[in-house]
Amino acid sequence: MGSYVIVRRLATQPKLAKAPKRKWKSVVGLEVHAQIASASKLFSGSGTAFGAPLNTAVAYFDASIPGTLPVLNRKCVESGIKTALALGCRVNEVSMFDRKHYFYADLPNGYQITQQRAALANSGLMTFPVITPGKKVYYKSVNLLQLQLEQDSGKSLHDEHLKRSLVDLNRAGLPLMELVFAPDLETGEEAASLVKELMLILKRLQTCSCKMEEGAMRVDANISIHKEGDPFGVRTEVKNIGSVRSISQAISYEINRQLELVAEGGVVTNETRSWDAENRRTIAMRDKEVLQDYRFMPEPNLPPLHVNLKPGSSSTNDLISVAALSKEIPELPEHTRQRLMEHYKLNAETAIILVNEPVLLDHFVNITKSLVGVPTKLVTNFLINDLLTYCNKLSLDIEDCAISASALKDVLKSLHAEQINLQAARQLIQLLHNNPTSDVSQLIGEHNLEQICDMSTIEAYCQQAMVNQPKAVQQYQKGKSKALFAIVGEVAKLSAQKANMKLVVNCLEKLLKTQK
Amino acid sequence: MRGHMKLGIKQLTAGYINGQFSPKAVTEQALKDAKNLKTLNAFACLAPEQALQQAEDSTERYAQQKPIGGLDGITIAIKDNFCTSNLPTTCASRMLKDFVPPYDATVADRLRAAGAILLGKTNMDQFAMGAGTVDSIYGPTKNIWSEDLSQDNWRIAGGSSGGSASAVAAGLCYAAIGSDTGGSTRNPASYCGVIGLKPTYGLCSRHGLIPLVNSMDVPGIVTRSISDSVEILNAVAGPDHLDSTTIQKSFKRLQLPEVDQIDLRSLRIGIPKEYHCEGLTAEVLETWTKVADLLECAGAHVQQVSLPNTASSIFVYSILNQCEVASNMARYDGIEYGHRSEDERSTEQLYAQSRAEGFNQVVKTRILTGNFLLLRKNYEHYFEKALRVRRLIADDFAKVFKPSATEHKVDILLTPTTLSDAPLYKDFASLSNRDQCAVQDFCTQPANMAGIPAVSLPVRLSKAGLPLSLQLMSNHLNEQLLLTVARWIEAQVEFDCLESLEKHVARD
Repeated sequence: MGSYVIVRRLATQPKLAKAPKRKWKSVVGLEVHAQIASASKLFSGSGTAFGAPLNTAVAYFDASIPGTLPVLNRKCVESGIKTALALGCRVNEVSMFDRKHYFYADLPNGYQITQQRAALANSGLMTFPVITPGKKVYYKSVNLLQLQLEQDSGKSLHDEHLKRSLVDLNRAGLPLMELVFAPDLETGEEAASLVKELMLILKRLQTCSCKMEEGAMRVDANISIHKEGDPFGVRTEVKNIGSVRSISQAISYEINRQLELVAEGGVVTNETRSWDAENRRTIAMRDKEVLQDYRFMPEPNLPPLHVNLKPGSSSTNDLISVAALSKEIPELPEHTRQRLMEHYKLNAETAIILVNEPVLLDHFVNITKSLVGVPTKLVTNFLINDLLTYCNKLSLDIEDCAISASALKDVLKSLHAEQINLQAARQLIQLLHNNPTSDVSQLIGEHNLEQICDMSTIEAYCQQAMVNQPKAVQQYQKGKSKALFAIVGEVAKLSAQKANMKLVVNCLEKLLKTQK
Repeated sequence: MRGHMKLGIKQLTAGYINGQFSPKAVTEQALKDAKNLKTLNAFACLAPEQALQQAEDSTERYAQQKPIGGLDGITIAIKDNFCTSNLPTTCASRMLKDFVPPYDATVADRLRAAGAILLGKTNMDQFAMGAGTVDSIYGPTKNIWSEDLSQDNWRIAGGSSGGSASAVAAGLCYAAIGSDTGGSTRNPASYCGVIGLKPTYGLCSRHGLIPLVNSMDVPGIVTRSISDSVEILNAVAGPDHLDSTTIQKSFKRLQLPEVDQIDLRSLRIGIPKEYHCEGLTAEVLETWTKVADLLECAGAHVQQVSLPNTASSIFVYSILNQCEVASNMARYDGIEYGHRSEDERSTEQLYAQSRAEGFNQVVKTRILTGNFLLLRKNYEHYFEKALRVRRLIADDFAKVFKPSATEHKVDILLTPTTLSDAPLYKDFASLSNRDQCAVQDFCTQPANMAGIPAVSLPVRLSKAGLPLSLQLMSNHLNEQLLLTVARWIEAQVEFDCLESLEKHVARD
């Protein structure tokens, strides 16, 4: 296609000797390991609690004690199927387990049990909104090539000082879903948005805690660049990405690194790089081997995993029905967004923010249900611009904010009734956060937050403000209407932010007009 | 010769009930005999204290007339590749020399629950890789039928469960558990003149059996009579949630008819012509013909059948075995358990050195070959191809066991177990492990490929005074018929499993 364009141009514009510059394209593919939320491990009965004392959640099988055999955890299969269904996958009637061999101290068996030849599910599709700061929201679709079940490895701890390696097997055998996405992404923001959406889905399904800080979700990114029309370039793999924000940063960094490298005449090599979150850069990892041959082999101790694909079937003791599980799938985030936009007439951005923050969404639904007549816009503005901003400022996870929906409802009720103004409402958020059990109306009284609506008081404030801001009065009267804000601000100051600003503006306009 | 040794399990427990014998006395005698016959090297380790404790408990139960199961007070031995808590389980390898498992294999657990008294763990080829019980850190196991045990020209016990077969043949216990991957229970049973049963794959749990080839391994049963085999099988068979490859259907205890009630007239016996192979001795062939004639005379329909892919079994087995061995042995790195080298310069060095020191040459060769065969570039050409041929071998059996428009199905296949009587150690040891296995397992391997049940039973003595045995095979889960026919033959041939012991005792 590209070359065709060039040829045609050359033909019609023979003087243009130089080919037009073709744009660089970046290609990003993700592999996500999500730990399945489950009480026991994938093939053994030991527990899965995060942070258990070292080597205490280890069944004989997890430590590869000779003669032990894997027993597949049904709950994990069900979670895998639910996830696959939510992501639009084709669940396979028969899937199989394989051994992937490599020697590592934290891999006690010398192989990992995974699904290589026949995965649990294939061919999914995820469509999700991409939020790039300062740009319009758009939707992106990515193919999910494969969803497979596999066991996690243990952890090695290296004591550089004592020159010893220590092994913790608590993680060995934890259930993972590996999701392999097609390289359909272009930017770090798209990748971060995909992961964000995936997290929302898995949390709704309750199939993964998605706590990246606990390693419950791990993301590896494959990144390459190529000129438009050319085949894909050599890719690098970035591992060790520890947060959603890092995904976007790491990928953007890696794309730019590759672009700069090529611009300087360098060549991108196929390597594994690690994200250094502190210094915000990717660094080449020591390559394990030039070419790993994992010597895959079918796991002989696990019979093929059969599932029932018949519509309308139900699960039995030894056969899981996919149709029965599909009934357990809750409303998915995208459906919620559409519902919010249709039912509450919210715009896309607002719907996205609410869905991204399940707590806000809950507040929104509860408040609008019980506060009839309050415009949804007032509610969403308050929740997003005030509550969320307050939490962000404190670096507080909204989920950890203890303010109840009913308290928020009371605040909004007073705000809507103009009993308090927005300033007071913001102050109430702070007061409630520090003291979640207090009563809103009591707080308003105690802290004297009631809005001043008395016209004579307001007029007195306005008079005083005009005296204090003679320059602004002059400018306003010369036709510079914006100067009014300075006078309004003065009133706010004089009234300790309590005057009803709507009334203040009316009053000032009237006073300024008559004074003229 | 102890009188009670001649008894079967049921007769002995009857003797316990009526007070004629006591588990304590029987166990004490067994431990004494085991010491006296130490030259056989049947045991990797004896557990006298535990055994005596169990015997006392059992004696007490009988005194209170409350035996806990059909095997209460029956002395047994278990091959050293089944995990037993508080007892070393070494696979006769330096790699696991000091390994004491924290749990019991399901088979061991069920035998204990049925009241059996575990005398000790029996010798074997390292990690069950062999057919002679000659490759063990404990040294080779000898065959009690040897003309001369003191000299260098003794006979091998066969393998890899040679210790189990030797112990039963020498009257040291009533039954022993072996494992059978390519014939490892039937082969030594054949040489030692005892019964060797390989149940259907999935009938008995492999949980706790340290694997050789997971898809072929089964716990095997060695006894001196078919009815004793049934007693042991009834105690250990049935689904186990700890082994996902066990057959989920609940196990129906076998009950064999009395010999005079067995009617062979509707029975069809197949004689697979491919088992008439190179190296088959005239004596075995003659034994085979004799038993076929016996069956025919009793009214059974005996016909020749063909299992055309039989000869491929050796190659398929070799590939699958080495691939699974490479994988199964990967866990032995000296980190969690097992032999750990002193060399701790690096993790890689520690692995390499521990494995170099822990495994013998046979194990190492199989690991290297297996890893080579599993390489991405070789996988399809070797491993996958082997799986396809394995399917053909299994299909051969399926065809003869299933009626077709043109041919009748057969119920039972009658073949040799081994091609000859027990070889002399010096002859056997002169061959490579590869050649030993290739010849030894020819008749036994195919049943493992197909997962079908098979039993080896002694028929008569060779000119050299050594047992000659035959093998019966049947369709999946057809143990009832298989053992019924075996029992009938057993009654006709009247082979005395303990004859060698009597001779031996008389000689000394």
